[in-house]
Amino acid sequence: MQIRINGKHEEVKEGTILDLLKARNVEPEMVSVELNSKILERTDYVATNIKEGDVIEFLYFMGGGVAEGAI
Amino acid sequence: MSNFTEEQIKRYSRHIILPEVGGKGQKKIMETKVLIIGAGGLGSPIGLYLAAAGIGRIGIIDGDVVDLSNLQRQVFHHTADLNKPKVESAREKMEAINPDLEVTTYNDRLSAKNIMTLFSEYDIIADGTDNFPTKFLVNDAAIFANKPLVHGGILRFDGQAMTIIPHQSTCYRCIFHNPPPQGLVPSCQEAGVLGVVAGVIGTIQATEVLKLAVGKGRLLTDRLLTYNALRSKFREVKLHKNPKCQVCGEKPTIKELIDYEQPVCAI
Repeated sequence: MQIRINGKHEEVKEGTILDLLKARNVEPEMVSVELNSKILERTDYVATNIKEGDVIEFLYFMGGGVAEGAI
Repeated sequence: MSNFTEEQIKRYSRHIILPEVGGKGQKKIMETKVLIIGAGGLGSPIGLYLAAAGIGRIGIIDGDVVDLSNLQRQVFHHTADLNKPKVESAREKMEAINPDLEVTTYNDRLSAKNIMTLFSEYDIIADGTDNFPTKFLVNDAAIFANKPLVHGGILRFDGQAMTIIPHQSTCYRCIFHNPPPQGLVPSCQEAGVLGVVAGVIGTIQATEVLKLAVGKGRLLTDRLLTYNALRSKFREVKLHKNPKCQVCGEKPTIKELIDYEQPVCAI
């Protein structure tokens, strides 16, 4: 089915958000998922099925430019 | 305009001539106090541009010293500054740009103990940390202190920025919930970062600070701006305040600041 991920149209198999993350080798703990303009709880990834036309945004953790532990 | 010196009128003439800024806006910039968290890749362009723009008082906190591997992106620091406390190096550069500026340095780490006192002395907070426990601490403290916060993050060829108006717009925790498990999200040190990405994102953060100071324009609220340097592409992800947010949602569960376990310092 067709969905949109980070602005790009993509053809994906049926399944849950967790399946989608796994298929793309994205660790569920390192991303936040917005589904149709709503941020999902991480615990919901496993029970949320993807539907035709869904608009999904993967929002990644990004740090700064300071060595870890310095601040 | 009567309160400006001749030198200030000339120094800020390219701002004053902008109808959206004008003498009034420049005065507001000069009366604004900004706290920059981190004197690194993001903190450098934020501090340098805000010093040039005429921000009245800048506080900067960082407990680290300048390392050779910093110089590829942390433009506050020159080769001659190696091993110097970063906040001292930052102070010298900002004061050299603008003698009107008052800089306060904190050669220290942020913690739940010192953050609220620190925030109380500033109007706007600019976040330039590469440390997720600190990013969450900064977010929660900004919500509690009701201070606008400008978030920035960079990794590899990517960057992101967002402005947070506490209790009105989406906060960092609305999106990211909790810090990632230690070691899972690579730091710049582990994964690398194209130095200029820090310049792009830090300059966007400085722009947001100036818009907040002047009170003009549409802030980067409820939008996460993302940038990819390899594709030369900006995207905007529309966001909504999360009613289930643990710190600014309808039933907040976080009522005190949390010092998450700090990652082991990789020296």
